[in-house]
Amino acid sequence: MSPYIVRELIPGHSDAVRIPIMGQALCAGFPSPADDFLEGALELPRWLAPNPPATFAWNISGDSMRAAGIFDRDLAVVDRSLKPGNGSVVVAAIDGEMSVKRLRIEGNVARLAFENPDLPAFAVEEAAEGEIWGVVRFSIRWHIARAGLVR
Amino acid sequence: MSRAIALIDGNSFYCSCERVFDPKLARVPVIVLSNNDGCAIARTAEAKALGIKMGDPFFKIREQCRRDGVRVFSSNYTLYGDMSARTNAVYRDFTPRVEIYSIDESFLDLSDVHPDLRIELARDLRATVRAWTGIPTCVGIGATKTLAKLANHIAKTQPELDGVCDLTDPVAYDHWLCRIAAAEVWGIGRASAAKIEAMGVDTVADLRDLDPRPVRKAMTVVGERIIHELRGLSCLPLELVPAQRKGCAVTRSFSRRVEDRGTVEQAVAAHATRLGEKLRREGLGTDHVTVFYHTSTHDRGDPMRSVSTTVTLPEATNDSLVLIRAAQLGVARTWREAPGDRPWRYSKAGVITTDLMPLAASPRALIGRLDREHSGPLMAAMDACNGRFGRGTVVPARAGLTERRTWSTKFEMRSPRYTTQVTELPTARA
Repeated sequence: MSPYIVRELIPGHSDAVRIPIMGQALCAGFPSPADDFLEGALELPRWLAPNPPATFAWNISGDSMRAAGIFDRDLAVVDRSLKPGNGSVVVAAIDGEMSVKRLRIEGNVARLAFENPDLPAFAVEEAAEGEIWGVVRFSIRWHIARAGLVR
Repeated sequence: MSRAIALIDGNSFYCSCERVFDPKLARVPVIVLSNNDGCAIARTAEAKALGIKMGDPFFKIREQCRRDGVRVFSSNYTLYGDMSARTNAVYRDFTPRVEIYSIDESFLDLSDVHPDLRIELARDLRATVRAWTGIPTCVGIGATKTLAKLANHIAKTQPELDGVCDLTDPVAYDHWLCRIAAAEVWGIGRASAAKIEAMGVDTVADLRDLDPRPVRKAMTVVGERIIHELRGLSCLPLELVPAQRKGCAVTRSFSRRVEDRGTVEQAVAAHATRLGEKLRREGLGTDHVTVFYHTSTHDRGDPMRSVSTTVTLPEATNDSLVLIRAAQLGVARTWREAPGDRPWRYSKAGVITTDLMPLAASPRALIGRLDREHSGPLMAAMDACNGRFGRGTVVPARAGLTERRTWSTKFEMRSPRYTTQVTELPTARA
């Protein structure tokens, strides 16, 4: 990063951050058309979400990442400010679909691998189009049957 | 060191927000419609290439959109507001001196950055915003806001610049000002463009070199200010702390025509509730409420009616319940049953206040004093519930339950609120 970065001090609670920040941006020029639609953001503790503006939550659907400990109906928290490296679990857009994969980098070849021994890995270039959306920082799973997402 | 202001804005911002969460939207034409799905208000480059114009009514381009595979969305302001807050949080990582100008534009003070490093910083900022939030941006840098805005226009329209233009660099300044049409300058509208053309102005450089005094006669002090700003003399300071709100309005078009009094009363009550929320957020109060409702000039041949009345309160308040009573009194005073069998078909209603004052400093009434001691905590509890459990969780009964309001603005093609609602998060396949 550049030498000019000044870490923002986010006002309010020290134990929880909003992702990214509770709205209410007052515009100097034009009143924001979003003003009437801002709502409470998702809350995560600061130590789990150190960079709120780059943090997004995704639902997981499917079982191809079982061996990585990610199961159907889990929640993945993705930090787009993390640099993907060999072994990162990533959300990637592959042929117009968002999916969770393990990134494997060997030499000059990047592969997006299933974490399921029955399924093959494939190189990013093999897919018609593949782009890494963000790195999964952690995932959440519910140990209560049929637990729903509730605010 | 010389003053430097950057204007950074999101490219086709609303469309870009939609694209972040849906990879199928990459490289296809996308448009976003205004309230009630009326007109196109954001277009990707692909949609612009199809000839879709800003403000095109949707009913006129519906067929073209179907034919050309244009993806059409209602405004998802919850998403756009959240993504806007994220981009501004990134800007503040680079400089604490940020003026949020609109939902997708911010001015940044880069005066402390060495002139040789400004372009590099702007590229880093752009790349960081893109990586962290997924939003593509352009950055224009100038000695004044007007020049920053111009630089941003150049950055957007000249592909070889790769999204960054720095007019604090004297070489770039001399190069571009004689190549860009004066009509592109911020604040030059269609009327002013005709006037300056008559003065023989073609490029931005011609405009800059006009004598400011005659310009003031032709285009008021605004025109004179533009010339000073183009010369690098700042007339528009950064507003790092937004000025205190002087007035506040909540007005909405109905999603359908409304003929009955009950619905108009419910609508103004809902608007008054929202007005109270806005005033409380800033600690302001008002001692009068103007209520209006009217029919639409588009309904040619229908009977027309437009009503506006001001209700005065004994003292300033921001209590939604008091504001609702005032708004409904305004309707009661002005409601007329239509003569004959053709009712008035109302299209819009709203509540407006002016002369807002900080509630704590406002004078108390001798007679008819309102019960601030009880209403304050009640309103605080209502705001806390709505902040935690979502807008519209607790509403005054007169405003009607949010989901039962049949007149509310329509957003029929809205995408999920991907970032703020746990029940609407995007899904990744595993």
